[in-house]
Amino acid sequence: MADMVTMDLVSPEKLLLSDAYEMVVIPGAEGDFAIMAGHTPITSTLRPGVITIYEGDVEKDRIFVNGGFAQVSDDKITVLAEEAIHVADLDRSDLEQRVKNAAEDIEDAKDDEVKRKAQENKDHLEQLLEALG
Amino acid sequence: MANLKELKNRINSVKSTQKITKAMKMVAAAKLRHAEEAARAARPYAERMESMMVSLASGLEGQEGPRLLQGTGSDQKQLIIVATGERGLCGGFNNSIAKAAAAKANSLIAAGKDVQILCVGKKGNNALKRKFGHLIIDLVDLSASKKIGFSDAQPIAQRALAMFDNGEFDVCTIFYAKYISVLTQEVTEQQLIPASIPEKSGDEESEIDYDYEPEEEEILADLLPRNVSVQVYRSLLENAASEQGARMSAMDNATRNAGDMIDKLSLKYNRERQAAITSELIEIISGAEAV
Repeated sequence: MADMVTMDLVSPEKLLLSDAYEMVVIPGAEGDFAIMAGHTPITSTLRPGVITIYEGDVEKDRIFVNGGFAQVSDDKITVLAEEAIHVADLDRSDLEQRVKNAAEDIEDAKDDEVKRKAQENKDHLEQLLEALG
Repeated sequence: MANLKELKNRINSVKSTQKITKAMKMVAAAKLRHAEEAARAARPYAERMESMMVSLASGLEGQEGPRLLQGTGSDQKQLIIVATGERGLCGGFNNSIAKAAAAKANSLIAAGKDVQILCVGKKGNNALKRKFGHLIIDLVDLSASKKIGFSDAQPIAQRALAMFDNGEFDVCTIFYAKYISVLTQEVTEQQLIPASIPEKSGDEESEIDYDYEPEEEEILADLLPRNVSVQVYRSLLENAASEQGARMSAMDNATRNAGDMIDKLSLKYNRERQAAITSELIEIISGAEAV
C-alpha cells in the first residue's frame, strides 16, 4: 500500500470530509497541483474548480469548490472552502446561475483589480461548465 | 364565596402560565442542542483559518501588511456591531450585551471618538435606540432565518468590509455572548478589524516553512476578508447558543416560581374553603341550639 495523505475538507458550517487518500489534485489559483505523501509544505489559494481524489489511477471522488484555501504539511491537507459540492450533486442550471452571477460581478466591479478577479472567476466557471458538458 | 372563586381563577391562570413557560423551556432545550451542535461543527474551519493566518502573519513580521491586518493607523472612527437575539423572554441575555456595548460606546464618545453602531437582532436595537439612536446606522434583522447559516453572516461582514474600504471606520468591534454553559454566558467584545491575531504559539505547526502560492501578501489579502465573515459567523452561532441557554434557564426559573405560587395559592384556597365550611357549620349548630 502506498503512503497516504489525509485530507480535511472544511466549510464554515462543518467538517465535510476527513479521510486518507493516495493522491489529491487541488485547483490552485496558479494551476492545479497534485498532492501525494511527502509533498513540501505549501499554502495556496484556490480558484473555483474541482478537487479530484485518486485511488491508484482511478478517480475516486470529485468535489466542486467555489474558491478557498489549501494548506499542506506533514502529509496532511487542509482545504478551507466556503462552498463544496460533490460534482455528482452539481447540476447544470446551478452552475449556469453562478456564471451569470460572475458576469454581474464583472459589471459591478469598480476598479480594474476587482474586475480582473471577477473575470477570472467567470472564466473558471465557464470552463467547468464545459467540462460538465 | 366570591373570594374562593377569585382564588380558583388565579390558580388556574398561574397554572396555564406555568404550562407555557414549561413548553418554552423544552423548546429552548431542543433548540439549544441544535445551536450547540452548529457551534461545534463550525469550530474546525475557524480554528484552521486561524492557524493559517498565524503562520502567514508571522511570515510577514516587520513588513507592511494589508490594511485589514495593520489597521489604518488611526482609531478615530469606531464601528460597534451589537449582536443580540430577536426575541425576549430569555433573562438578561439581550440586556447584558446591550449594556456592555453601551458602556463601550460611552467610553469611546468620552474619549472623543466617532462611534457608529450596527445592530444585529432587533432586541439590541430596541435597547440602544433611545440613547444612541442617532449613532445606529442600521439594523440587520435575522428573525426570518430559523437556523443561522454562513449566508446570514456573510452580508454583515461584507457590509463592514465595504464600509472599511470606503474609510467609514478604522476599528470594528463586535459584541456577543459567548456560550459557556446553560447557566453562564459571557458577554464578549472582539475586535474584527483590524484582525486580532493570537500570539504565535511555540508549537511546531507554526515552525513549518511553507511555500506560498501566490505570494503571502496575496493570500493574506484573500484570507483576511473571509476571516471577518468567519468571525461574524462564529459570534452569531455563539450568540444563538447563548440565547437558547439563557432562555432555558429563565424559563426554568419561571416554571419554578409559578409552581411556588400555585402551592401558596392552593394553601390559601384550602384554608378559605375550610373557614367557609366551619362558619356554615357553626351557623347550623347555633341555629339548632336556638330552637
